Amino acid sequence: MNYLLRGIGVLATVGAISLLAFSLPSGEARGDGGGEALPKLTHKNWQQECASCHLAYPPALLPKASWQRLMGGLDQHFGENASLDPVTQADILRFLEAHAADSGYSPMGSKVMRRQGTDKAPLRITETRWFVGKHDEVPRAAWSRKAVGSAANCAACHRKAEQGVFDEHDVRIPK
Amino acid sequence: MIKPIVLLGLTLLSASAWAADSPASLMAHYAQTAGVPVAGLSATRGAALYRTEHPGRDGQPVSCASCHTASPTQAGRTRVGKRIEPLAPVANPERFTDAAKVEKWFRRNCMDVLQRECSAQEKGDFIAWLSQLK
Repeated sequence: MNYLLRGIGVLATVGAISLLAFSLPSGEARGDGGGEALPKLTHKNWQQECASCHLAYPPALLPKASWQRLMGGLDQHFGENASLDPVTQADILRFLEAHAADSGYSPMGSKVMRRQGTDKAPLRITETRWFVGKHDEVPRAAWSRKAVGSAANCAACHRKAEQGVFDEHDVRIPK
Repeated sequence: MIKPIVLLGLTLLSASAWAADSPASLMAHYAQTAGVPVAGLSATRGAALYRTEHPGRDGQPVSCASCHTASPTQAGRTRVGKRIEPLAPVANPERFTDAAKVEKWFRRNCMDVLQRECSAQEKGDFIAWLSQLK
């Protein structure tokens, strides 16, 4: 009996430690300092929830005010219902705010802010002046090619987008 | 000293048990909520729910098949082109194993396709059809 109790105790301790490890704030490492590099981020809910329909867009590409608007209207998310339970929603918003363009977290965010237009809380990354400027050499027709679908599909051309790599060397625009 | 540890152990055990749902347990749950026996769920009605087209928000006809394709044993695509793993458990055993996830997607997708939430009967019918696909 004693051994059984001790066994359960050990199991519980191991379980508690691993639970703790999973609930700790995400492991984060800053980018390599280059202005174009996006910081590698991991956050369970951000990746799991946002990336179930589209790429988990980097928080540095929109200011906090944008993320607040976006997360406040998930039941009408670009024509789809993407509603979440309130706890998960708040958790993801906290993460987005902490790494937003105007959070001071990454040089990339500061670049996005420097080119901010009149709309201080755009809902689409593709509406930011930074994005438009970066993609001005992409022919208009390329965005609507079948393999691309829309400008929301980063990974169509940025082959390593899923890994957070948007380097121009990895870009292949599908024919 | 031992008692709190045992309690913690039990809490952890129940926490891990909570995600262990199955198509059968979910069908039982939805049948009960709808007030019908499990045998009262209909795969035929489930298939119809999947295939029936409704006027979408942008005027285009929309159905489950719009994103999940005509065959739920195949992978689908979201509107922005991301892969959706197959819906049918035969092709994707992870389906219908987490009640919270199932509820989340019924809530969202019924609102998008039907412009209303689905009833417990409809959810039960839907799983009854998908889970018997070969």
